[in-house]
Amino acid sequence: MIHWKKGALSAGIVLILVLIPLFVQRSDIITYLFLTLLYIILAQSWNILGGFTGQQNLGHAAFFGVGALTARYIWLHYGFPLPLAILGGGLATAAFALIIGFPAFRLRGVYFIIGTLVMAEILRMVFDNVFPRADVMPMKLLATYNLAPRYYVGLLFAVLSVVAVYWVNRSRIGLGMMSIREDEDAAEATGVNTLKYKLLAFAISTFMAGLAGGVFAYYTAATKVGDLFAPVWTFDAVIIVFVGGVGTIVGPIVGAVFFVLLKQLLSLYLPGGMHVLVFGVLFIVVVLYLPGGLIGLMAKLRKKPA
Amino acid sequence: MYELYAQTFVNGINVGALYGLAAVGLSLTFGVMKILNIAHGEFLMVGGFFAYWLFTLLGLDPFLSLPLIALALFLLGAIFYKLVFASVARFHEEVKVKNSLLVGFGLFLVFPQIARGLWTADERAITPAYSGTSFPIFGVRVAYVPLAGLIVTVVVILALHFFLTRTYFGKSVRGTSENWKAAKLMGINVDRTYMITFGLGTALAGLAGVLVALAQSVTPDVGMEWTIKALIVVVLAGIGSIGGAFFAGLILGIVEAVGAIFMGPYSVALGLVIFLLILMFRPQGLFGKG
Repeated sequence: MIHWKKGALSAGIVLILVLIPLFVQRSDIITYLFLTLLYIILAQSWNILGGFTGQQNLGHAAFFGVGALTARYIWLHYGFPLPLAILGGGLATAAFALIIGFPAFRLRGVYFIIGTLVMAEILRMVFDNVFPRADVMPMKLLATYNLAPRYYVGLLFAVLSVVAVYWVNRSRIGLGMMSIREDEDAAEATGVNTLKYKLLAFAISTFMAGLAGGVFAYYTAATKVGDLFAPVWTFDAVIIVFVGGVGTIVGPIVGAVFFVLLKQLLSLYLPGGMHVLVFGVLFIVVVLYLPGGLIGLMAKLRKKPA
Repeated sequence: MYELYAQTFVNGINVGALYGLAAVGLSLTFGVMKILNIAHGEFLMVGGFFAYWLFTLLGLDPFLSLPLIALALFLLGAIFYKLVFASVARFHEEVKVKNSLLVGFGLFLVFPQIARGLWTADERAITPAYSGTSFPIFGVRVAYVPLAGLIVTVVVILALHFFLTRTYFGKSVRGTSENWKAAKLMGINVDRTYMITFGLGTALAGLAGVLVALAQSVTPDVGMEWTIKALIVVVLAGIGSIGGAFFAGLILGIVEAVGAIFMGPYSVALGLVIFLLILMFRPQGLFGKG
């Protein structure tokens, strides 16, 4: 019964999101909605590895960047059709991740976190040097630039990413991943091939991050290549997941809506960039005192009156 | 040709000493407390800006301001330990490492914004009258400022070494790092030891910051770059190895400088290559045990 209700609710939300561009003409609202969808993809991708498998990746920007760069290049400069380009970006990212993941996962815990952090920063520096100039869409495309198709691509991949996390959560693979998060030694002792599940989680997570990059590559009119690798993509994803509720399906969605709304609100009242300060403090508070995030808080509040 | 290589080598040592000093504090806190402070570079940045303030507002020579900066950053570190890291330190080891990383990550968002408010986003450097002067030796020019920086680094690291091995408090630090439960049973105040160790780590970061502001420059966003360098050096040396961190810093500095001759701007990627190779083939680091 509850299951059926949840399904109907999700379908209703998706339907409303599909219809919105037909009725809302304001481009700022569509842009905020698009950003929310983009953040949902990015946050869910981080959540699979960081939330369900317990391997915090502090270099997620690298995978977003690889996906965005690949998709944009084969789309704009080699004339691939867009869906293939975005998919290609995702696949290239997952392949890159497996090359990095194999040495990184042989060692446990902290090394993976340091490794991803160091790798992302160095890739950013290298790409800043290789492509010092901004990459701008050709005039022909800019002249016909329209937000609605970007929005629908974002919506499609956001829905797919939520479905993917839902599926992972209910599958044997998900069980394997969560057993690693809870106790890696115990998982190994009971016969779970931890390396296999970690690599699998890493591949799925980075594939989705690459897709998010591809969606952004399709959206943005001009960007510096180094900015695609900027640490801000990691922060936003990590903050959204933790504030929403780490290791849950709904958490990153709630987190993304909350993040985009609060960011816009803060930018009205605070000098530029200060919203980062607020999010940083909020993030520390959540990590220390509210490990369940907003989802956990809501569950607690609902339980109390009863 | 000889001169180019020799000069590059000397420059590499100068930069490498900074890497070493930046890494020593990180290595100390991680070795003793198993807290990996990603915000280490942020404390370095703050130290650099404090020295810049003392120099421009009061005209205080940066080398004279070193003890003041160390004290200020020690207090700042102790405060931040009490505010945020103390509640992390109570978890068991794996959770502790991961949560401390996340908390440091949060601080890494907060610090640059505050710095931007206090000092604006401009690039700041400390330029006393003697900066840029140098003397020739064996066909190589040695600048006074980096040489003094190298001496400061060596003195600080030796002082830290003697502090840890020869004093009673240093013994309690080492005891706590080996087994904090046993240390507690022996009557060591573990929480206070942690607080002081963390403060020492940030004080070392602050000292490195002064030298960075002298030899290069600081901006509010410089923190992450230095955290990354320090992390590479710490992994290269072996986690917790303090003397090793200094030599590993020199190695990274020299490799990057000499690499720049052949690879140009791509030599920053050398750090990553070294990092991955070490992780694959010698995870205990060059100077680590086991």
